[in-house]
Amino acid sequence: MFGLSRGDAVLWLFVLLLVLAAPILLNPFPESSALAQFNAGYPDLMQRFLIFGIFAVGFNILFGLTGYLSFGHAAFLGAGSYAGVWMLKLLTINVLPAIIISTLVAGLFSLLIGYISLRRSGIYFSILTLAFAQMSFALAASVLTPITGGETGLQTALNDPRIFDAANTTGNIPAPSLFGMTMGDSHQVAVGDWLWTFNVGYYLCAFVMMIAFYIAIRIFRSPFGMMLKAIKSNNERLSYTGINPRPYTLAAFVISGMYAGLAGGLMVAMDPLAGAERMQWTASGEVVLMTILGGVGTLIGPVFGAGLIKYFENIFSKINESLLQTWFSFLPDGVSDFVVTVIYPFVGKGWHLTLGLVFMLVVIFLPGGLVGGINGLYKRIFNKSNQAN
Amino acid sequence: MAAALEVRGVNKRFGGLQALDDVNLTVEEGRIHAIIGPNGAGKSTLLNCFVGRLKPDSGTVMFHGQSLLGILPYQVNQAGVSRVFQTPEIFGDLTVLENVMIPALAHRDGIFEMNAMKPLRRETDIRKEAVDVLEDIGLQDKLDMTASSMSRGDKRRLEMAMGLVQKPKLLLLDEPTAGMSRADTNNTIEVLKHISDTRSITMIIIEHDMHVVFTLADRISVLAQGHVIVEDEPENIKGNIKVQEAYLGGAH
Amino acid sequence: MELSAILLQVLNGLDKGSAYALIALGLTLIFGTLGVVNFAHGALFMIGAFCSVTLQRLLSISTVTLDETKTDFLGNPAKITTPYVETWFGPEVGSAIIDWSVPLAILFAIPIMLFIGFAMERGLIKHFYKRPHADQILVTFGLAIVLQEVIKYFFGANQIPAPAPDAFIGSFDFGELIGMGAGTLMYPYWRIVYFLFALIIIAAVFCFLQFTTFGMVVRAGMADRETVGLLGINIDKRFTIMFGIAAAVAGLAGVMYTPINPPNYTIGMDFLVISFVVVVVGGMGSLGGAVLAGFILGILESFASMRQVIELIPGINQVVIYLAAIVILLARPRGLLGRKGVMES
Repeated sequence: MFGLSRGDAVLWLFVLLLVLAAPILLNPFPESSALAQFNAGYPDLMQRFLIFGIFAVGFNILFGLTGYLSFGHAAFLGAGSYAGVWMLKLLTINVLPAIIISTLVAGLFSLLIGYISLRRSGIYFSILTLAFAQMSFALAASVLTPITGGETGLQTALNDPRIFDAANTTGNIPAPSLFGMTMGDSHQVAVGDWLWTFNVGYYLCAFVMMIAFYIAIRIFRSPFGMMLKAIKSNNERLSYTGINPRPYTLAAFVISGMYAGLAGGLMVAMDPLAGAERMQWTASGEVVLMTILGGVGTLIGPVFGAGLIKYFENIFSKINESLLQTWFSFLPDGVSDFVVTVIYPFVGKGWHLTLGLVFMLVVIFLPGGLVGGINGLYKRIFNKSNQAN
Repeated sequence: MAAALEVRGVNKRFGGLQALDDVNLTVEEGRIHAIIGPNGAGKSTLLNCFVGRLKPDSGTVMFHGQSLLGILPYQVNQAGVSRVFQTPEIFGDLTVLENVMIPALAHRDGIFEMNAMKPLRRETDIRKEAVDVLEDIGLQDKLDMTASSMSRGDKRRLEMAMGLVQKPKLLLLDEPTAGMSRADTNNTIEVLKHISDTRSITMIIIEHDMHVVFTLADRISVLAQGHVIVEDEPENIKGNIKVQEAYLGGAH
Repeated sequence: MELSAILLQVLNGLDKGSAYALIALGLTLIFGTLGVVNFAHGALFMIGAFCSVTLQRLLSISTVTLDETKTDFLGNPAKITTPYVETWFGPEVGSAIIDWSVPLAILFAIPIMLFIGFAMERGLIKHFYKRPHADQILVTFGLAIVLQEVIKYFFGANQIPAPAPDAFIGSFDFGELIGMGAGTLMYPYWRIVYFLFALIIIAAVFCFLQFTTFGMVVRAGMADRETVGLLGINIDKRFTIMFGIAAAVAGLAGVMYTPINPPNYTIGMDFLVISFVVVVVGGMGSLGGAVLAGFILGILESFASMRQVIELIPGINQVVIYLAAIVILLARPRGLLGRKGVMES
């Protein structure tokens, strides 16, 4: 189907189904139940699942295939965000040009940084990307204030030119839209005690993400993708095979930079605001975490990892001490206090601790990430039952 | 017969060591040319000068009229020179078939091709070329095996397949049978003979095993202390006093 | 530009440069001996800083008594807190001990840092010697997150001040000393202490490596690990100790830095990035290079923050360190004093 093998087509359709049904699937708890606060099916969060999914899928094309570990990819997301807001300010509040230009600007920016950084490999490459990203961050927060809005960030304003839109100097700042469909608009459906929100912005993200995911699959299964894997496996041998590895890694770098820019563009399409902190190296570290956690080099892993981390950040972090106490109140007093004391540091505001520990465990024991681990388990069970037959 | 490779006056010095001393060599097209010599004679250094890994201090290396010096390894390869490594240098994480498809693609598409949207499984021609070579070499049953999990002998065969699939004008083989069992060695001899007969590829073989050398080679150069002491037909090399001296008394 | 202004920038660069040099020294020592890229090294600096905070808190544990003769502004009896150390050692000695808690924390931190270093190497790093550098970066990055979250859990997210002893509060007037006029060149006492402290630690590490048998073996191991292993010397055990020492150096750098910059849990990550830049500029695995680059970059940074320079090149103060790293990596990848071939590919 569309140039995908059967297995890949099934995977793509499976993801499509999950993404389409996410507003329902992520709201499993009835509105009036105490657990409703763990519902993740609200537009803002679901958009972030997909946007960071795109970011991680792109990062995986570089790190997963070529093995070049960049610690500076947030710079491209940031550059894309700024470009996007500027398009919303200068051209039109329609998000389409913003998203396209974000991707292109990030592509050009990554071409420049990639061209220089890829002159080195290994740890030196990582540090070069780190240095470039930190430089971008520092400049965006200070000297480039006229372009970036400095520490307060860049946002749309009432008196922006917006040359393609009708003059608009009174009332509210226009909200980002796509040919008249406002991103913030939602349609709510109540079924019994369940409430599902179907949001325009979310489905735009879903559309873009499914295309991005499709392209990623095609890249993985192409001769180009195979060359990238060969670079990771044995870079030097490749050049004795008649291949120049440099343009391949650079192309992978630019593609992943464009994915980051696309994510940045979508981010501002959902919320027309861009700040320098998006470029900081810890933000780059986050996409590394997502990719490794989900499964580096696997197709679905990065999406899964992005969802997991964003879920932890927004939902898991809500668990507080009193909630834990109610959960464990069925235990005898002393025991429940003890259990709560032990668990408390790892949940709620301590979710980063859990994340760090899980991440370490994955790096140590599961080189293929959670998805790789599940695959391995599945294969083992499957093979065993085969042998039994 | 025309010369495929012409080496003239090549010198290479590492610090105080004269690794190559005015090496002259002519390899004729379609022939198997063996380079033998005791350990440390400069055989591998010479080979490295052909593929862009080392640059000689002086001299010329001409391949069908084109200089092989001062160009990068992938350019040497694209000029039609493929190298088979002594210790297997394969893509360990990839499958056997992919390992052979990569050089086949490099041969067809050149040093870079932005074919990111083309499904690999539509490359049926490339796949067929790769499978054919793997059949010739006896790895047809292991197409989907991860290369790193193969036995050492199989890895070396895979190395050879990676070189052969490019239909090179010149194939450089660095000790293709070192560390192999007698049976594997004979098998490799058969394969190389078969290839030489059917595809008329020029080959340079560096080899320790005299049995291999005298079975395969059309012509032999003997290298000792960085210098070619004899270049002749195999029959004439066998009884040559200088060669015996180089091997027996070379280690002084 | 006035001479005093230039001297001031050099002095300002020295204390930051000292911290850079100390962290980078441990980082490059670990890389040189174990071949491991340790992203958790900044966290060790942070733990050191929190050793200061912890000791200060321990020493300040007090008994509370009510003094009926005085009242607070609500009319309740005033609470008098008396630290136990004052009860035990008398008010004068006791308050002096509390006052000197930061320097005292050095003694407190050494065993803790050594232990953490040993535990890290034996429990985690050891298993990553043969894995790719990317894996080492990732697992130590994870460890850094864990360590900083643990600290955050116990100490919160805010900066916690741990002041220098009263004797070192205030500034030394260099201007008067070198005859440029009083008040032209003021430099805080504690920063002088920090700089001297850094010099002592650096000298101690170099002497240790240069003049002891242990150091000789380690240096040989840095040059060629396998050969030393073949000699039957238990190099692994020595490398564990080396890791402990590197951790201790980073920790002590953190202990003494608290009066300059009150620590919070992110201070490790803040220093980590710059320390890597320092290591790379100095040359991976080169001890002298790390120290040299630490001071050079510290001074470079402080010059770039001068008003005249910023007016000339806006924003240079923010990026000068990274710029230096990029230039060095592209023009001379082995760094200032690095050996050729280390990590070059």
